[in-house]
Amino acid sequence: MSAARPFQDKPALRVDGLSIARGGRVLFKDMSFEASAGEYVELRGANGAGKTSLLRALAGFLKPRAGRIEFDGEEEPGLALHFIGHTNGLKPNLSARAHIMYWAGLFGAPHGWDIPLQSVGLAGMSERLTRTLSQGQARRLALTRLLVAPRKLWLLDEPAAALDDAGRAMVGELVAAHCKHGGIVVAAVHEPLGPTPSHVLTVGS
Amino acid sequence: MSAFLVTFRRDLALMWGGGGVLAPLGFFLGATMLVPLAMGPERALLQSAGPPLVWIAAALAVLATLERLFQADLEDGSLEQMLLSRAPLEVLVLAKGLALWCVVGLPLALAGAPAAIALQAPVERIGVIVVSLWLGMAAFIGVGLVGAAVTAGVKRGGVLIALIVLPFFAPPIIFGSAVAAGEQVGPALAILTGCALAALALGPIAAAAALRLQAE
Repeated sequence: MSAARPFQDKPALRVDGLSIARGGRVLFKDMSFEASAGEYVELRGANGAGKTSLLRALAGFLKPRAGRIEFDGEEEPGLALHFIGHTNGLKPNLSARAHIMYWAGLFGAPHGWDIPLQSVGLAGMSERLTRTLSQGQARRLALTRLLVAPRKLWLLDEPAAALDDAGRAMVGELVAAHCKHGGIVVAAVHEPLGPTPSHVLTVGS
Repeated sequence: MSAFLVTFRRDLALMWGGGGVLAPLGFFLGATMLVPLAMGPERALLQSAGPPLVWIAAALAVLATLERLFQADLEDGSLEQMLLSRAPLEVLVLAKGLALWCVVGLPLALAGAPAAIALQAPVERIGVIVVSLWLGMAAFIGVGLVGAAVTAGVKRGGVLIALIVLPFFAPPIIFGSAVAAGEQVGPALAILTGCALAALALGPIAAAAALRLQAE
């Protein structure tokens, strides 16, 4: 379901002494963890604990107050990761197909646009404008970004939000397949996605 | 297809499909057509006051298109995807600016022809007025990218954009008005081209820096 071929090199994510503050409030400090190829890291914590901020810092969107983030030895791993946040990154007046074509160009994708749609249960919906999709279908479309271009590190912020049980199971399968191919997944969740996490980090404790 | 091209094509489709050109075009034509009604048909008066009024109307028309240029991307999460693109953010910002130039700048420049006729500009000068407006649009949009990026996180930031960019609109307005008035056309057109190139070269760099801060 994920990248057809396993990643050739073995990626590694290393977070060392990370401190993040938002609006003058320190969310957490001195957080350290590592994840190697094929590992799934589950982030848990109460609302406002800093899960989203941690993911945004890992993606490079948010500058940490202190600490160091490395992925494959790079401090700016933007080209090696996919980020699925709270918002889906969709334009209401564009079709599902137009979005996938756009992401394919943006991320340098080798895949045809129809493959990712089938993989997330949206086959036959390629010409639908996203404003006509339900919340769950829009979330599924956003998840196709993970499949359009293979990238080693997936940062997922409540990826199963708005999804039904089948959708949640589909996300779990995507995560499991990505890890099986040697990728790394870091996901903030309130309910387990399905795959057994390699590490569980409780943020804000 | 490259990240630049897909961004250009997507924004072209969004702006054109969303009718983004209608409001600025309607404003520009309405404002310039009202001038002869307000000032009367005296040819000398229209020929002296008309060129600056055309340029001010064009500048205000472009301003109206800037507020949502990056705000929508910030709100719907598209900006995060742009930050993870294989292409630098500056290139993607330039693509968005060029799409705006094509969808809004070109029709506004072409609308300069009927506006110039309404203001009794000599017929032989209409071509150069259209070209100068098209160049001026590039300068306005290049500068406007920065204002739009700086205010992307501000609700109803239209007034703030105006405060930021209007001082930088002055050179294109001055030299564009000179072209429209038939004064020193060659040098004024050259300076206008310089303004456009400088704005399109530097605007995306400054706008991208502002957008990175907005993404936090």
